[in-house]
Amino acid sequence: MATKAFQKIYTKITQINKATCSLRASGIGNDELATVNGELAQVVKIMGDEVTLQVFGGTEGIPTDAEVIFLGKAPSLKVSDQLAGRFFNSYGDPIDGGPEVEGEEREIGGPSVNPVRRKQPSELIATGIAGIDLNNTLVSGQKIPFFADPDQPYNQVMANVALRAEADKIILGGMGLTNDDYLYFKHVFSNAGVLDRIVSFVNTTENPPVERLLIPDMALTAAEYFAVDKNEKVLVLLTDMTSYADALAIVSNRMDQIPSKDSMPGSLYSDLAKIYEKAVQFPEGGSITIIAVTTLSGGDITHSIPDNTGYITEGQLFLRRDTDIGKVIVDPFRSLSRLKQLVTGKKTREDHPQVMNAAVRLYSDASNAKTKLENGFDLTDYDERTLAFAREYSDKLLAIDVNIDTTTMLDVAWGLFAENFKPSEVNIKQELVDKYWKK
Amino acid sequence: MSTKGTVKGIISNLVTVEVDGPVSQNEICYIQLGDERLMAEVLKVTGKNVSVQVFESTRGLKVGSDVEFMGHMLEVTLGPGLLSHNYDGLQNDLDKLTGVFLKRGEYNFPLDKEKKWKFVPLVEKGSKVEAASWLGEVDENFQPHKIMVPFSFLGEYTVKSIVPEGEYTIMDTVAVLTDADGKDHEVNMIQKWPVKKPILVHTEKPRPFKLLETGVRTIDTANPIAEGGTGFIPGPFGTGKTVLQHAISKQAEADIVIMAACGERANEVVELFVEFPELIDPHTGHSLMERTIIIANTSSMPVASREASVYTAMTIAEYYRAMGLKVLLMADSTSRWAQALREMSNRMEELPGQDAFPMDLSATIGNFYSRAGFVYLKNGKTGSITFIGTVSPAGGNLKEPVTEGTKKVARCFFALEQARADSKRYPAVNPIDSYSKYIEYPEFEEYISELISPDWTCKVNDMKTMLQRGKEVQEQINILGDDGVPVDYHVTFWKSEVIDFVILQQDAFDKIDAVTPIERQKYILDLVMEICNTEYEFNGFVEVMEYFKRIINVCKQMNYSEFKSDDFEKYRKELGEILEERRKK
Ligand SMILES: Nc1ncnc2c1ncn2[C@@H]1O[C@H](COP(=O)(O)OP(=O)(O)O)[C@@H](O)[C@H]1O
Ligand SMILES: [Mg+2]
Repeated sequence: MATKAFQKIYTKITQINKATCSLRASGIGNDELATVNGELAQVVKIMGDEVTLQVFGGTEGIPTDAEVIFLGKAPSLKVSDQLAGRFFNSYGDPIDGGPEVEGEEREIGGPSVNPVRRKQPSELIATGIAGIDLNNTLVSGQKIPFFADPDQPYNQVMANVALRAEADKIILGGMGLTNDDYLYFKHVFSNAGVLDRIVSFVNTTENPPVERLLIPDMALTAAEYFAVDKNEKVLVLLTDMTSYADALAIVSNRMDQIPSKDSMPGSLYSDLAKIYEKAVQFPEGGSITIIAVTTLSGGDITHSIPDNTGYITEGQLFLRRDTDIGKVIVDPFRSLSRLKQLVTGKKTREDHPQVMNAAVRLYSDASNAKTKLENGFDLTDYDERTLAFAREYSDKLLAIDVNIDTTTMLDVAWGLFAENFKPSEVNIKQELVDKYWKK
Repeated sequence: MSTKGTVKGIISNLVTVEVDGPVSQNEICYIQLGDERLMAEVLKVTGKNVSVQVFESTRGLKVGSDVEFMGHMLEVTLGPGLLSHNYDGLQNDLDKLTGVFLKRGEYNFPLDKEKKWKFVPLVEKGSKVEAASWLGEVDENFQPHKIMVPFSFLGEYTVKSIVPEGEYTIMDTVAVLTDADGKDHEVNMIQKWPVKKPILVHTEKPRPFKLLETGVRTIDTANPIAEGGTGFIPGPFGTGKTVLQHAISKQAEADIVIMAACGERANEVVELFVEFPELIDPHTGHSLMERTIIIANTSSMPVASREASVYTAMTIAEYYRAMGLKVLLMADSTSRWAQALREMSNRMEELPGQDAFPMDLSATIGNFYSRAGFVYLKNGKTGSITFIGTVSPAGGNLKEPVTEGTKKVARCFFALEQARADSKRYPAVNPIDSYSKYIEYPEFEEYISELISPDWTCKVNDMKTMLQRGKEVQEQINILGDDGVPVDYHVTFWKSEVIDFVILQQDAFDKIDAVTPIERQKYILDLVMEICNTEYEFNGFVEVMEYFKRIINVCKQMNYSEFKSDDFEKYRKELGEILEERRKK
């Protein structure tokens, strides 16, 4: 960070703890950035002439006579078309060896869109994965996380979705990514020949955890530039938001704030909402869609992080290994796209909503039958048929390796219905049965 | 002269101000930041130091900034023209704000000062009036909007003059009132009122006793809410709180509907913006938007104004109730309001209660719910506020402070259940855990039996008993196996499934199924109870399941058909035939 000539340099730190340091200074603005011996820090508290700074990289080794320079601005990013194809760290500095980006400097973490200036999302995002397109259809301007255990291939699924989504720009916000995952994304995007449509902000496990708090706002500031200024369709990938929330907890804990559930700060809901609510469809055509990853511990979605996320996002995609078919599937029970009804049956074939519901209902009957079987009871003929249906449904539609268009998905589903059931067993409007039932 | 102050400290949106004069608790002040003015509210006074919560981001704010105190609490402006508007939590008209993004420090006047209203006087010169007396009336979106003596006027006044029928703006003086001391007061069509103070202008607040029809079967039939009653909808995320509230807001038989979108998703509010102007109020034939006010303080909008938003909504509701109207108020979600209280209380380093919520959370919730109700006004007319809030319990666990605090005060409990939502049994209201206290009120029962039919309550009770029995035998079947129980058990279970699929489940996205007027609810209940009270003959449990699935299927086709249309009658006939097949002779 270059310093300007007229900036006053402070060298008397009066207090240091694990995350913050304090000093006497005047004329300082709230949220303003500073450097402490070259380390980036931000004003988090001002009391009279005492200013408290949160040092992103941690306070280890900071001496009381460290050089503190206030930068007179909140964290910001220079935006222009030059962002495309580039890789940056949490501060927006290039990490790909390329030149600094030139452009208009914008503060990150800006205000939210006036709700009346939003357009209702209505454009379907096709991914080819039936567990998504058929049961949990995505829409431009939506925000939705994958809920997955750390050992599941969420980054791969997310990369697939990103590549098939036909976005003008894909912005990757990596938080606590392993170096391998970082290289994986880089590799996939460059193999697909789409590097020029990608912008990446990456904090890996090698970087200080608190730095990653800047990643979502950096990524979204870039996204807003392309969506608002350029009317582009932007897809933002945030992985892993659990690492982000953990960093929030570290900071609030070090600052002695009263934790609420699961040691998370009481403001977790608002903190996450500020990020996810940046997803938007603008009337002029630009949009920001956010696909995130929230890793779970032991599948527990009642933990504060997934729980608050679920209350904020427009659904969630739940990945689970189906041991019957030995594949990872998008779990139809716990997954939900809250925006699907804006497109299903409207942008897709008329029978979509009913087919989707009927299939999930039958799958649920199968899971009851399975419980019966496990408890040592005889199965009825209907039970047997639901089990047969479930196996095929899982393999041909729910598995994440499926890649077909929505109409084919519907046809496959009707085929499975006809193979296993009578029309009266599927509970679908008669007119649709008359039209689509496979004879 | 107004009190001035200087900023001394800043932690997020909690700012310490040193003042040079008197301030009052909850007084509003403005902090100067460059050429922006940030609105804030006094939370705590310690000598010369005052803690204020700023309704905006404090980024860039510096120590030494000027503060000006306004001498009043957070107020809303009340007058004709509120309907059809979209406001934020502080009553800024969102449509009037400039730019795509919200700008801090941009506030606006919530009403139209130029528009002319056709005023019809309701009092004469010399009439004695008091606070909330109706002076005149204007037509606001086909509703009689009463112009009232300001609620803040104490004692009796004499009408010195009142303008004749004609076109006036809200700023024009419509009456001059003389107080007991002979002093004259000019009154126009607007007044202000502090949101945290209830508007108390009624003579009596009896127990609610009339049905508020919502068109949602699991509510009206199973656990009805009374006009002026209170209810809450707790449920884990994705179980259907918002969809249920939206469904109610579209169909409920209310004069005015106020939707407070408190700390939830902006896209859900956009849905209202898009749908409501297009939808027709089934009771009046007018566009739904004409009776609706939306208070949108969604989750990424400032937290302090989120806290204010529910009060803003309630105060506007009280204003319309004072006109003798039937107001339905909904807040989604009251948990976000409670969280806003928590964030601030933690920042102020107050002693935390359970889950770090403020100690007095339960009392705060109680006070808020108590502002709803059915009232007799001083002129003998009635008005009501029916309030339904959603609760978003952390981890879906109902043993948490917001749910528990709400359960103490709300009279209807619509418990959304994860398992029902997972199996797409929408609305996922658990029929057995949920309750309406109103059905225990004799005056309510009397009203219902007159409105619907004398045997209604009895039939509903039978239905609930059958649901309960169905649940019990289902557990038995699960333990003992399909053939480990008598065939009768399966019949009992499947009868309860008919009730579930045909009455309780309702597709909020199907044009026809979404709304069921009371008359049709009566028809369905009669029909389903006839099915359930019939005895059938079966050889083995497999037949039972197949048979009842057919019944359910035909009944569902009926639910999807226009009431008493040809299709409907066709399915009804088909059902009759199916019932004959196995009816015990
Ligand atoms: N009555 C209903 N009919 C059909 N689908 C429903 C119904 N209620 C809820 N849903 C489904 O559940 C989803 C989540 O509902 P929502 O009300 O947004 O949940 P919550 O507010 O409790 O988080 C909806 O997007 C919709 O797909
Ligand atoms: Mg909701």
